[in-house]
Amino acid sequence: MLSRTANHLYWMARYIERAENMARILDVTANMALVPNAALSEAALWQPALEISGNAESFQERFSDFTASNVIHFLAMDPENPSSIYSALYSARENARAVRVAMTSETWENINALWLEFSQFEGKDLALDGLREFCDWVKARSHLFRGVSFGTMLRDDAFQFLRLGTFIERADNTARLLDVKYHLLLPKEEEVGGGVDYYEWSAVLRSVSAFQAYQKVFNDTIQPWRVAELLVLRKDMPRSLHACFTEITAILENLTTGRHVECRRIAGEINASLQYGRMDHIFQNGLHEFLTEFIECNNQLGAEIQNSFLNIHAA
Amino acid sequence: MQSQTRTYFDEMNTGPAGVRDLYANYANWLRDVPPEQLESKRQEAELLFRRVGITFNVYGENAGTERLIPFDVIPRLLAAKEWDVLSKGSIQRVRALNMFLHDIYHDREIIKVGLVSESILTHSQYRPEMFDVDVPGGIYAHIAGIDIVRTGENQFYVLEDNLRTPSGVSYMLEDRKMMMRLFPELFRRYSIAPVEHYPQVLKNNLRAVAQSGVKDPTVVLLTPGAYNSAYFEHAFLAQQMGVELVEGQDLFVRGNAVYMRTTEGPKRVDVIYRRLDDEYIDPLAFNPDSMLGVPGLFSVYRNGGVTLANAVGTGVADDKSTYIRVPEMIKFYLGEEPILANVPTYELSKKDDLAYVLDNLPELVVKEVQGSGGYGMLVGPTASKQEITDFRDRVLANPSNYIAQPTLALSTCPTLVEQGIAPRHVDLRPFVLSGETVTLVPGALCRVAMREGSLVVNSSQGGGTKDTWVLQERSSQEVSAIDAALKDKVAVC
Repeated sequence: MLSRTANHLYWMARYIERAENMARILDVTANMALVPNAALSEAALWQPALEISGNAESFQERFSDFTASNVIHFLAMDPENPSSIYSALYSARENARAVRVAMTSETWENINALWLEFSQFEGKDLALDGLREFCDWVKARSHLFRGVSFGTMLRDDAFQFLRLGTFIERADNTARLLDVKYHLLLPKEEEVGGGVDYYEWSAVLRSVSAFQAYQKVFNDTIQPWRVAELLVLRKDMPRSLHACFTEITAILENLTTGRHVECRRIAGEINASLQYGRMDHIFQNGLHEFLTEFIECNNQLGAEIQNSFLNIHAA
Repeated sequence: MQSQTRTYFDEMNTGPAGVRDLYANYANWLRDVPPEQLESKRQEAELLFRRVGITFNVYGENAGTERLIPFDVIPRLLAAKEWDVLSKGSIQRVRALNMFLHDIYHDREIIKVGLVSESILTHSQYRPEMFDVDVPGGIYAHIAGIDIVRTGENQFYVLEDNLRTPSGVSYMLEDRKMMMRLFPELFRRYSIAPVEHYPQVLKNNLRAVAQSGVKDPTVVLLTPGAYNSAYFEHAFLAQQMGVELVEGQDLFVRGNAVYMRTTEGPKRVDVIYRRLDDEYIDPLAFNPDSMLGVPGLFSVYRNGGVTLANAVGTGVADDKSTYIRVPEMIKFYLGEEPILANVPTYELSKKDDLAYVLDNLPELVVKEVQGSGGYGMLVGPTASKQEITDFRDRVLANPSNYIAQPTLALSTCPTLVEQGIAPRHVDLRPFVLSGETVTLVPGALCRVAMREGSLVVNSSQGGGTKDTWVLQERSSQEVSAIDAALKDKVAVC
């Protein structure tokens, strides 16, 4: 397939996934604000949402206070923030429009409808009212996108690139979420395994739809290291790093049959560390260090994918 | 209130109470449909068009401004025998025009016999680079859009032959799909000739014009990109034909071949259905500032390494000075009588014509020979005295730069507008496809001027579209039998 087409499909899927993850973060943060917690100021509550998305600096350039209203506007509706849900969905639709031929018409129409429906939220102050509905809508549209592409598209390279975008983005988001939350909730190392706020950890789990999964898998009160295990190493947890890399390695296998391509080696290496890694080792060396390295490797993989397939080289 | 003093031929109504036979059944149906229901169908269509993204981009507004072309839910009907004339006439013109293009880029017989002046070789759309280049099958205009207007029961005129990159066929196809969705009962009741196979015919034709020896030719559609006004159509046709939609940056030239950049490396391209004008296809050969084309493409094309559809240089055959000669071309190349007439045209380079035109400016439309898009023209009936005087001076300064035509009384067709159903002017653009054979599907783009009294049907100026139905006639007995059968079915359900 055309490199340009693959590039648009890959980024389209990444942007939709990005919008979904941002909606998840906003959703649980807003929910946490409803739990009485004197220790957490409004700023302390909302600042992490910016850190997860790597946006704290650009936010501070434009806003002075970490108020709910400012942060929600910035992350959800701000056209000037390239990582806002607005920008992500806009970019997803622009990428889709450029290659509408490469996907089924149902997939395209779904993304087009998403963008048309978005206008109903524009101009609203979501901090006052409607944030939950908005987040639910973003998540539902993202589910719909995955469902319609999965249910209608030929299993050709176009499909593989689309899926690749989804999982690279998802792995990045899960890693960031876990890193920031772990830092925030456990500021001192000796407290690992100490008393934790049930609500805050359950919020982390809910943000990746893992609350019920946790109950099923561990059948125990919520322990931070187990949350980490679930989101890092559990292959059967669909938003975990390991689950993402199981998909990524299989997709790259499909795309490169027989060819040696650097991105496939990198993905295999990361996957091996997740498949054979042990949680106690990861904690010994530091979860933060592990996640930082993971995010770096994942970025490097993204760059290699770009190099191997997507960038248009001179003949 | 109608301010117009002229009367126009109406496609449906023959008077306050009368209806043309062709429309008898449809008019009955239309009379019984409550206006709110038609309006709600129109809104449904608009919603669906927007959802599917059937939009066109507007130049000069914010990048990405997308608009809908107004769609009218009342179709234009053509009888099978009317269509027969239009289709044979259009095919005949395109056959002659393809022969003319081959001739003008080879032996120039038509100049030698004096039917066309040698000055055509200095025409801006004439491409000297194409001289003595053989194109596969001798086909230049693979896709031609013939603009036809009607002024009476049997008066059809060709207004223009669009031979470069004619657009609008996606609206013919999407309007049909929409009508079948909105009014399935009408499609059961009438026998409406299908048009949905257009992309298949086009694809077969494009594959047939690959260089000889290529077993399984790769066809691509070259678009200027997602911000082009006709981008939807490019994407739509590529999808319907199952070919790659490429931009200039996706293609490159190596040796005597064109390749596209794919995730698995370069892939050879044999036929390019290009929706870029000549000037933009290759910065090395034409406009050096163009970022849209492919450097080196034209040289590969000249050497037969790739086929372009339409061929380079077709523009010389669709301008007004050439248009005048088409009836003679048909006699010259085909030895046939023209089936479709041209609009009577006065050439101001001729003394008699000039004298007549100067005496009758208020009734005529005067156009520059090489002008397009409504620029540099005088519309006599709507022009002020001052404008006419000024234009007379311009004509006298260089008469051979102008032609004149009577203002045509374009037919009207009932159309759903804000005030209800009212007559609006229409034209018709069937698309003629040339490959191993010259054919067209039984249908056309019907453009309608949505503003009262307006004769301008262009989408850029608020024109809309209608579905065009070529009807196989059924007697009223047959129709009532079908109605009865449909009613039974409903009752059973």
